[in-house]
Amino acid sequence: MLSQDSNLMLEINDLHASIEDKEILTGVNLEVRSGEIHAVMGRNGSGKSTLSKVIAGHPAYVVTSGTVKFNGENLLEMEPEERARIGIFLGFQYPVEIPGVSNLEFLRVATNSRRKELGKEELDTFEFEELVKERLSVVQMNPAFLDRSVNEGFSGGEKKRNEILQMALLEPSISILDETDSGLDIDALRIVASGVNQLSTRTTATILITHYQRLLNEITPDFVHVMAEGAIVKTGGQELAIELENRGYEWIEENIKKINL
Amino acid sequence: MSNPNTVEKIVSKPYKYGFVTDIETEKINKGINRDTIKLISAKKNEPEFLLKFRLRAYDEWLKMKEPNWAKLGYPPINYQDIIYYAAPKKDKKKESLEEVDPKLLETFEKLGIPISEQKRLTNVAVDAVFDSVSIATTYKEKLAEHGVIFCSISEAVNEYPEIIKKYLGTVVPINDNFFAALNSAVFSDGSFVYIPKGVECPMELSSYFRINSGDTGQFERTLIIAEEKSSVSYLEGCTAPMFDTNTLHAAVVELIALDHSSIKYSTVQNWYSGNEQGVGGIYNFVTKRGQCRGKKSKISWSQVETGSAITWKYPSCILQGEESVGEFYSVALTNNFQKADTGTKMIHIGAKTRSTIVSKGISAGQSSNSYRGLVHMGPQAVGARNYSQCDSMLIGDQAAANTYPYIHSQQPQANIEHEASTCRISEDQLFYLQSRGIDFEEAISMMVSGFCQDVFNQLPMEFASEADKLLALKLEGSVG
Repeated sequence: MLSQDSNLMLEINDLHASIEDKEILTGVNLEVRSGEIHAVMGRNGSGKSTLSKVIAGHPAYVVTSGTVKFNGENLLEMEPEERARIGIFLGFQYPVEIPGVSNLEFLRVATNSRRKELGKEELDTFEFEELVKERLSVVQMNPAFLDRSVNEGFSGGEKKRNEILQMALLEPSISILDETDSGLDIDALRIVASGVNQLSTRTTATILITHYQRLLNEITPDFVHVMAEGAIVKTGGQELAIELENRGYEWIEENIKKINL
Repeated sequence: MSNPNTVEKIVSKPYKYGFVTDIETEKINKGINRDTIKLISAKKNEPEFLLKFRLRAYDEWLKMKEPNWAKLGYPPINYQDIIYYAAPKKDKKKESLEEVDPKLLETFEKLGIPISEQKRLTNVAVDAVFDSVSIATTYKEKLAEHGVIFCSISEAVNEYPEIIKKYLGTVVPINDNFFAALNSAVFSDGSFVYIPKGVECPMELSSYFRINSGDTGQFERTLIIAEEKSSVSYLEGCTAPMFDTNTLHAAVVELIALDHSSIKYSTVQNWYSGNEQGVGGIYNFVTKRGQCRGKKSKISWSQVETGSAITWKYPSCILQGEESVGEFYSVALTNNFQKADTGTKMIHIGAKTRSTIVSKGISAGQSSNSYRGLVHMGPQAVGARNYSQCDSMLIGDQAAANTYPYIHSQQPQANIEHEASTCRISEDQLFYLQSRGIDFEEAISMMVSGFCQDVFNQLPMEFASEADKLLALKLEGSVG
C-alpha cells in the first residue's frame, strides 16, 4: 500500500481556525501522501468537520495561523472553487438542497470546471450524459435523480450517493469525506463504501471523517487520527480505531491529561 | 453558521448600454400645456381626431393626482421640467433605410439590434424607436404580404386612421390613471400591430425602445389588434444611457384579442437603473392592459424586468370573452437601490375564463421588490379559475420582498388558488456549488436562473437565453 515513491499531497502545519471569534482548530498537524487513506475520528465538537471545511475553503471560518499546502501550493490563498478545480473534494455531511438547479446540469458544469483545469475537453450535454450514466453504477444510483433539482427531496442515503457520484465525476486528487456514513443503513453504507474503494488509486488520497468504526470495516485506513479540542492528539493504525470502539474516547482524553500533567 | 458579510458586499457592474449617441436632436421647450400638445400634434402632422383625443386626455390629467399607494417612495417629479418631444434631426420621412442616419443604425447595432438589410435578425421584424420617434421598421413588406400591419403608431395614425379611431383608448381609457392620461396627452411614438382574420403572424415582432436624451420623457404608445383566429408574438426591449438625473418613462400598451385569437407580449426591460448609490435611473410608470374580447381568446404577458430606478407596472388582462385565457409570467430583479412594484390584474368577466399568474421577484442589495396583483371574479364568471404563484428570492440581508395579493370574488362558482414562497440564497448553497469548482458568480446565476425557469420557458425561444444572460449580467458583482 505505502510505496516509497508516494508524494506528499496535503501538508497541514499548526493550523488554527475560528468561527465568529471562537477558536475551533487549535493547532492541527497532518501529512497525507498519495495512495493513503486516513481516518479522522473524535467526539462531536472536536473540530473534525471544521477541519474539512477549512481545507475546502468555507468562508465562515477564519484561519488565524498555520499553513495548508497542497502539492506545495498554499491552499489558504485560493477560493473554494479554485481548490475544487485543482483536485480537492469535500463530501458533505449534510449536502444542501438547491431548488431549481438541475442536478444533471450542476454535475456537468462542475465536471467541466475540473476537466478544464486538467486540460481535458469540456463535455456537451450529450457527451456528459454518456459519462454520468457510466459513473452512476459506482454508487448504484437511479438515473431519475439526475432530472431532479440538486439534492431536493433526496433521502439521506440518496444525498450521500449523490456526493460520491460527484467524486466519481470530478476525479479529485484528495477526497475528504465528512461523516459520509452518518444516517446510512448498512446496505447503503456498503454501497457508498464500495464506491469510495473503487475510486481510490495509487495517485489519490482519502480522508474519512467518522465517529464510528463501522465505516472502517468497509474501507481500510492506513492511519487513524483522533481529534480532541481542535487538534490531532493521537495517531495510529487501524488497531487504534478498534481500541477506540472498545474503550471509548474518554480513554484517549484521560491519556492526554496524563501527558499534560 | 453563516457569515452575513461575505454574501453581502454589493457592487454593481457598469451598465453596458449606458452610452449616449452624439446626434443632433430637435427638442421642444420644457414643460407641458395645451400649446405643447398642439405643437407635438402638428409636428407629427396628425389628423384632427387625435389632437382632440390628446387635449381631452390633458384636461383629465390636470384633474388627477399622482398615485402614491405603491411601495415606491421617490422625490416629487416636476412635470414642467421635462421635455415632451425630442427627435433626431433630418428625420423627414424615412422611405428606406438608406435615409436613416447611419449613427442611429450604429446605435442599434451596438445595442445588439441590427436593423440594416444585411444584418437583420432572421425571423424577427423590428421597430426601432429612438427618443420620441420610430426610426425604422424592418420586414414591413414581407409582413404586408400576409396582410400584417407592423409600423410606428405615428404612421398608423395617418395611414389607418379608421382602425386607430376604433381602438385607441378603448382598453386603457384616457382617464384610466394619472400616467396613462399623461401618456394619452403627449405620446410621441410606439408600435402598431394589426393581424387580420385567420392570420398567424409569420415572424416574431419586436420593438426596441431607446431613450437617448437625458431631460426628455419617453411616452410611447403601443396598440396591437388580433382579429378572429389570428395570432402574434411580440417582444419589446428597452435601454437608456446613464445620466445622473432621473428620466420619466410613461408608456401605455393596449392589446385587443378577438374570437379565438391569441397575443403573446414579452418584455425585456433594461432601462438604466441608476448607479450603486441610487443616483439617476429611469422612472418607469407603465400601463399595460389587454382585453380578451372574443370567445376563447388568449393574452399572455411575459416580462423580465431588470432595469429602471423605479418600476410601476401591472400588465393586466380583462377576460371578457367566454373561455378566454389570461397569463402573466414575470421575473423582476432589483439590485442596489432599485424599487419595483409590479404585478398584474386578472379581471374575470366571462364564464369559464382562466388565468395563470407566475411571478418571481429577486431582490439584491438594498432594493425593494413588491408583487401586487388583483384577481377579480365578476358575477358572470361562472366556472372561472385562477392560479397564482408568487415566489421571492432574497440575496443578502438588506433587500426587501413584499407580496400584496388582492382577491375579489363575486362569483361563488369561481376557483382561486394562491401560492407564495420566499427563499434566500444561503451561504451554504453557494459554498456547496463553489466547492464543486463553480465560481461564485456562476453559482448565483445558476440559482437565480433555476428560480426563474418557469418564466423563461414562456419567453420566445430567441430571447429566453438572452434573458438568462441579462440576469447574470445584472447580478455580476452584486454579491461577493
